[in-house]
Amino acid sequence: MATICKIKDELEIDIKNLSFYYAKSDKPSLKNISMPIAKNRVTALIGPSGCGKSTLLRTLNRIHDLYPGNRYEGEVIFEGRNILDKNIDLIDLRVKIGMIFQKPTPFPMSIFDNVAYGLRLQGIKNRSELEGRVEEALKGAALWNEVKDRLKEDGNALSGGQQQRLCIARAVAVKPKVLLFDEPTSALDPISTQAIEELVIELKKDMTIVIVTHNMQQAARISDYTAFMYLGELVELGVTEEFFVNPKERLSEEYITGKFG
Amino acid sequence: MIKRKIINNIVLALSTLSALIGLFFLFWILWTLVSKGLDAMSMKIFIYDTAPPGREESGLRNAIVGQLILVGVASAIGIPLGILAGTYLSEYGKNSKFANFIRDISDIMMSAPSIVIGAFVYAILVAPVGHFNGWAGAVALAIMMVPIVLRTTDDMLNLVPQQLREAAYALGAPKYKVIIQIVYRGAKVGVITGILLSIARIAGETAPLLFTSFNNNFFTTNLNEAMPSLTVTMFNFATSPYEDWINLGWAAAFILGVFVLSVNILGRLIIKKRKVK
Repeated sequence: MATICKIKDELEIDIKNLSFYYAKSDKPSLKNISMPIAKNRVTALIGPSGCGKSTLLRTLNRIHDLYPGNRYEGEVIFEGRNILDKNIDLIDLRVKIGMIFQKPTPFPMSIFDNVAYGLRLQGIKNRSELEGRVEEALKGAALWNEVKDRLKEDGNALSGGQQQRLCIARAVAVKPKVLLFDEPTSALDPISTQAIEELVIELKKDMTIVIVTHNMQQAARISDYTAFMYLGELVELGVTEEFFVNPKERLSEEYITGKFG
Repeated sequence: MIKRKIINNIVLALSTLSALIGLFFLFWILWTLVSKGLDAMSMKIFIYDTAPPGREESGLRNAIVGQLILVGVASAIGIPLGILAGTYLSEYGKNSKFANFIRDISDIMMSAPSIVIGAFVYAILVAPVGHFNGWAGAVALAIMMVPIVLRTTDDMLNLVPQQLREAAYALGAPKYKVIIQIVYRGAKVGVITGILLSIARIAGETAPLLFTSFNNNFFTTNLNEAMPSLTVTMFNFATSPYEDWINLGWAAAFILGVFVLSVNILGRLIIKKRKVK
């Protein structure tokens, strides 16, 4: 059983006995994971490649459902309901739980239309409302000053770091309760990485953040809680400062000190 | 050492020579087409319809209009079918057995002799009606278009990164909106290029029209009648013994060549523009 620290904060998501199987596989990629995720805090998922941290993250907005044959067991409680339930409205779930990917994914359209995309999906057509929300989102993603004069330009014309902040603005625009980051800085240079890290800390005022990272320093810098995973299992969830200084599990300690991974 | 250099030079000389021979014939064809075609060109071509040999008022108006109608109707049938089928393969069928079966069949159809397609359409759209008609010609051309458009659409949609789709789903987009607003937009240039190349490909076909739309010496926009086309007119006129018909045949070849060449160049320009971007 995993060592799980006491969470003093209110919970946003509660994962209970979650197992996950990829299509055509009898072996679970996630094994019986139970883990609380604190509200308005940053929870980092770390672990060696293939440990299941991205798989776990992708369970939380059920993006796995795009590929037939994947299956879940257990429960993930969010807003009092099990989001793994068949009757859950996935569109509604994904509006509330947004996601940022490893590589920036600007849509082939203007900067403005990129940020407005999710808003338009929600049926917002009023031009002035759209403009207000887009500006707010771009400011929230610390991109407004760089793009305010070029909103009509193609999103792909931006630099990699700007593109990633554009994607964050796009996700933030629909005001999700939770934002999932899947190694958001692994394709970026150090300066862009720093900008994203500062942004993550800023964003937790308004939303809960779960971030997958293969960079332990990054987890230490920006997260409040750190979850260490290994071979599809949760080994330890700890308050970040304590986890990196004084891990409770031997495996965690070996990973942090670089003995494997 | 010396032997290696000699062999190297021989191979280089042979391959250069082969390339030159190929280019020589290509330019010879183009030169003949342009010189004979330009000689035969005049305003009369666009004003008068095809006429019996020896008549002064003789042109290609009916054939040009017929060709445009046939290609236009074929495109109106073939392009939407090809795009929808390609969308199915890339977005719904993916790597299922059924989807791969369609891909294989479509590849076979792409290399099917066009005269076979003409014979097939004759059997289903000409023989039952009892007379040649424009619809049959357009359908025969459309059948040739579908596999080309289908495959390019499939390939181009596949090039759109999966992450882009996931990003759209992650914002709460339903599947049809992801396809229309994200995937089509990302693949737009490639799909349009495929369409243009398929038009260029069918515009020069004669065999599928021979037993379908056949030919007509009169001006018509009625697809229920036999319909003239540049390719069939060219075939008939060029093989005739009359000099003025032969000249009209050259003019038809020239017009057709210019049309196909411009569509091809347009397609290539679009690809180039995307690469620069």
